[in-house]
Amino acid sequence: MALSVKHLLDTTSLTADDITQILDTGRSFAEVNSRAIKKVPALRGRTIVNLFLEPSTRTRSSFELAEKRLSADSLNMGGSTSSVVKGESLADTIQTISAMNVDMFVCRASLAGTPHLITENTDAVVINAGDGKHQHPTQAMLDLYTIREHFGRLDGLKVAIVGDLSHSRVAGSLVPALKTMGATPILVGPPTFQVADPAFWGVEQTADLDAVIPEVDVVYLLRVQLERMEGAAIPSKREYNRLYGVDERRRRLMRPGSIICHPGPMNRGMEIMHEVADSPQAKVLDQVTAGVATRMAAMYLLLGGESDAY
Amino acid sequence: MLIRGARAIDPARGLDATVDVLIDGKRIAMVAEGIEAEGHEAIDGAGKVLVPGLVDMHVHFRDPGYEYKEDISTGVRAAAKGGFSDVATMPNTDPVTDTGTSVRYQIDRGIEEGKTRVRPIGALTRGEKGEALAEIGDMTLAGAVGFSDDGHGVQSAGMMRTCMAYVSQFDRVVIAHSEVETLTKNGVVNEGRASTRLGMFGWPALGEELEIMRDIELCRLTGCPLHVAHISTARSLELVRQAKADGLPVTCEVTPHHLFLTEEDITDAYQTNLKMNPPLRTPDDAEALIEGLVDGSIDCVVTDHAPHAKHEKDCEFEIAAFGTIGLETSLPLMLTNLVRPNRLSWRRLVEAMALTPRKILRLPEVGIFEGSVADLTLIDPEASFTVDRDYLESKSQNSAFMGAHLTGRPMELFVSGRHVLSAGEVVA
Repeated sequence: MALSVKHLLDTTSLTADDITQILDTGRSFAEVNSRAIKKVPALRGRTIVNLFLEPSTRTRSSFELAEKRLSADSLNMGGSTSSVVKGESLADTIQTISAMNVDMFVCRASLAGTPHLITENTDAVVINAGDGKHQHPTQAMLDLYTIREHFGRLDGLKVAIVGDLSHSRVAGSLVPALKTMGATPILVGPPTFQVADPAFWGVEQTADLDAVIPEVDVVYLLRVQLERMEGAAIPSKREYNRLYGVDERRRRLMRPGSIICHPGPMNRGMEIMHEVADSPQAKVLDQVTAGVATRMAAMYLLLGGESDAY
Repeated sequence: MLIRGARAIDPARGLDATVDVLIDGKRIAMVAEGIEAEGHEAIDGAGKVLVPGLVDMHVHFRDPGYEYKEDISTGVRAAAKGGFSDVATMPNTDPVTDTGTSVRYQIDRGIEEGKTRVRPIGALTRGEKGEALAEIGDMTLAGAVGFSDDGHGVQSAGMMRTCMAYVSQFDRVVIAHSEVETLTKNGVVNEGRASTRLGMFGWPALGEELEIMRDIELCRLTGCPLHVAHISTARSLELVRQAKADGLPVTCEVTPHHLFLTEEDITDAYQTNLKMNPPLRTPDDAEALIEGLVDGSIDCVVTDHAPHAKHEKDCEFEIAAFGTIGLETSLPLMLTNLVRPNRLSWRRLVEAMALTPRKILRLPEVGIFEGSVADLTLIDPEASFTVDRDYLESKSQNSAFMGAHLTGRPMELFVSGRHVLSAGEVVA
């Protein structure tokens, strides 16, 4: 049992079998995470570096817990200071850390392609924890896990992905992963947020949320990252909420049994209203829970842990 | 020096024949069959092609100010290696080349090196800031061959109108780097497939095309000759075609990288040597540009030779410097990809790489005829080689074509009769 890839840099390189393995293994780890003693010796003695060149609280916490529960030794580096700012090249940073014999880098960066650049400077395994506007593959795995747990399948599902599509690494990973698993993503957002070439992903793109909502099984709301917009693409939070926010009226347009996902942190009052965020249809906390299990699965599979260690 | 038995091609003279060419001092003394070899040093030209010295009218030599990337000494070696007798240097140096003194500096440094001639292009505006006219008349008198704010272009339409109106009195061309910066802000790859696939800001085709539309209209208004630098899209080419059909003094150039590479070549490896301004475009654009070169709508081939140090390229794509070096690979790429497969005639190649750029820069005519200044490039169309560090002469190694296997390269270069490339090696 092994993945077809050495690193987890994107979802585009993953086969359906890879994704199924990660989700299935994630299920076993979810069981571990529900025990009183949430720790297995699967990666005992392995060293994992969390290199966060861009600030992150949630993703880093999720990876750290996953590492601790696998009994790996982990080291946190970065914070808000990019090595580039300090004048050291990324290559030097990676070679320096690698010289201390580490097994894995988990990297978050504001620049696309950074995880690939890391692979060129180390023999260690690299997991992309989000690179700029490009990809965020472990987010896609936890999303798929959550959706699969709810529906019991991914094949044939329709998923509306709503929001700031062109700046979203979440969409960048989720769209190809859904396609690989036989689901149909539909992109929804104002033209100023739409991707330049949806045909590359083989998906439809529209600005009409109300027309899409009754047709889909999952409404996946992206966080509108005001800090990432770099130029006003929408006039106001209020107007965005009116046109693209999910409130009670829109929630009632949804299919019976359909769900709402959000990668967090939520902007309540913008992309989602309070009562919707706290409704049973919203699976936001299930996604967070799934994040630890699927990250454990990805790290475990990539580092080739003992098959009976959990 | 006698070059014996080469196929000599000079379309301006209707010459395409196997002849001997005798160089005496700075000039060509005789072009004839069966010149008596006795008393002359001779080069065997059998199987080779002799053309007027090549001209690259768009290079960056970084001197003064960025000598760690390139300087005039290494720049002219790269040019000689590529078979160029003349290169035109862009003014985005530090300080910007915007005075007669700074133009003179580059010319004099080129003369000291004694290889390829350096022909400076002066800035249109002081410091390339787009705010005030540079001393264009003074630079013209010092020897500037054209004017440009290459690197970003003149953003204000009003300022560009002033520049073109002012330049129109000097019989010099304005070379436009066409980029509407409010449309291309943060853009690092072509907007569309590449920006979607790679998750980076797009540099839309319209960012170039809209500026070309503007400058063509300013050309119509002012009468100033306009040369559109490094066009990269099919529509840009259409705009130039229409301007020419209207009888306007508009010319344009294309780089080998926009002809032979596309956005599809940038993979998940984020190769920073493929980061260009303007960016690599679609396969359809590249195909249209090749057709434009073949049919003459595109006037000349330039490299936009843009040296950068390793630390400026060996980093994340979004913060890497824009550009590739190109002088050493330009002719070999054209021969390998277009002439060898019979898509481009030798005649068109010589026009685009030797004759037309001289006209655009108002340089004296040279050719393969008795009395001409002896600027000659002898090409071995069968010589195969690999682009590697040893092959390159530039101080920087940022070639988009590193590792390419090419067939056809310059072997000998004469500049005013001086032998500066011999058996494919730059003469010390």
